[in-house]
Amino acid sequence: MRSVAIIAAREFRRFFISPIAYAGAAIIFLVLSGIFVLNIGFGLPTGQMSPDGRMVLQPLIFVLIFVTPAFTMRLLAEEQRAGTLELLLTAPVRDWEVVVGKWLGSLGFLLVILAGTFVYPIVINQFTIPGIDQGTLLSAYVGLVALIAAMLAIGVFASSLFASQAAAYVAGIGITMGLWIIGGIRAGSSAFSQAAAYLGLLNHYYDNLYQGVLDLTDLVFYFSLTALALFLASQVVESRRWR
Amino acid sequence: MIRAKNLSKYYGNFQALNEISFQAHKGEILGFLGPNGAGKTTTMRILTGYMPPSAGSAEVAGFDVIEESIEVRRRVGYMPETVPLYPEMSATEYLTFMGSLRRVPDLEERVAEVLTEVGLHDRAESYAGNLSKGLRQRLGLAQALLHRPEVLILDEPTIGLDPAQIIEVRDLIRKVGSERTVMLSTHILSEAQQVCDRVLIINKGKILADDTPNNLQAQLAGAERIFIRTSSDPKTLAKLLSTVAELEEVVGVEGGVEVSGPPGKDIRPLLARTIVNAEMDLLELRASKVSLESVFLQLTQEENDREVSE
Repeated sequence: MRSVAIIAAREFRRFFISPIAYAGAAIIFLVLSGIFVLNIGFGLPTGQMSPDGRMVLQPLIFVLIFVTPAFTMRLLAEEQRAGTLELLLTAPVRDWEVVVGKWLGSLGFLLVILAGTFVYPIVINQFTIPGIDQGTLLSAYVGLVALIAAMLAIGVFASSLFASQAAAYVAGIGITMGLWIIGGIRAGSSAFSQAAAYLGLLNHYYDNLYQGVLDLTDLVFYFSLTALALFLASQVVESRRWR
Repeated sequence: MIRAKNLSKYYGNFQALNEISFQAHKGEILGFLGPNGAGKTTTMRILTGYMPPSAGSAEVAGFDVIEESIEVRRRVGYMPETVPLYPEMSATEYLTFMGSLRRVPDLEERVAEVLTEVGLHDRAESYAGNLSKGLRQRLGLAQALLHRPEVLILDEPTIGLDPAQIIEVRDLIRKVGSERTVMLSTHILSEAQQVCDRVLIINKGKILADDTPNNLQAQLAGAERIFIRTSSDPKTLAKLLSTVAELEEVVGVEGGVEVSGPPGKDIRPLLARTIVNAEMDLLELRASKVSLESVFLQLTQEENDREVSE
């Protein structure tokens, strides 16, 4: 486990000197701030929107679908291209420790960004009497962490497949969007549409966690997805040894 | 320290290694000599636990490379041919990262020590991306030495260096090689001759020879060859010498003639007499050494010929 911590710490620090990480963070905060101002200026006065910390979370998730693969695309693809993966795989470190370490490092960076987005609910809370619903906010943020963890794990898996960062980005977005769109097929009560509704990436979030329902089964879904993606990534890294 | 038994490796249908076996002992510098694509890197990657062999087994520092891969990796220092570095990390950061993964005790001191050992102490804070090829090579070597490994595996350690750097790296390898087992690959014959205690010649995934550089030379030298140059035309000289019964072989070479006599007999006085009696001016008469180069070419050539005839 110490190896995981060492690799995670290195990856976490690496984000702070990565131009793509700053570009990604800038996009997130530009979009959020723009939408926030629009909501304050038009949405709230016209009554189309209620004062709620969640009013930035929906756009945030939308942006994250495009931005998280950019944060993760480098993680394993770059090591493969530069040949440094050979170095890690000949150090006394297990393949899954490399994969989990990289994922954990990216999760750390995303948590920093997520902490930054807390500024919007704080602002709304200041201007609302008697303040916003903090239970709903907490539930939505806990769910968001679980969702981001799963999206990052998918990104790490995509990065394990290629030596090209661009290919890893496209694959990451492809898988994430695929899982998101599957969730849209929920009309009807056939077994298929129920399965699709269960597998939908965002359904567990918007149906429960986002509404303030902190249900363990929804969190388990994201944890399972995370574990599966990281497991697959470890398998891919290990398979590189056999080629 | 290194024991490989019948190692084979296939990449798809391509056989990169064909049942090779060899050993290396402590304190020995083993040279792995062969043309590009002979299977050198593949063998090293198997020994460092990077990839498993398709068949056969190998033991490094007393541990099996497949079953006890992590134990092997703890005890091996490896510098891949490409010398992979993280360009955004300084030399110290890089070594600290690799050292912490390898649980090196007193890491900070050890990093400073090993940087001094490879002569990089004044570039400790330089980013790897800004180092010249020679310095990158040294940083790669520092990484391989960092955890005081029992076995050091270096893939083409002098490739791409200028002559002065090559000498430095070779000296460094000889210095560190006295206390551990070193295996290095090269396609430069003189390097194997100068640095290694023992040389394995490998071609197309097979070991063709396994001996000390001197023995390999002697093995193919057979009878001593003598190079002769006179003031007259080499053809005239060759004609004259072919009449001498004691000589076994007379060959015209660049600028003169090479001859060989029966093993163990010094033919030089006879040659000198013959030439002077024929009233030619003797300009040069010396033993022409068979270099490892010709041994190598001969061995790999024989191998290729055999394949064609098959």
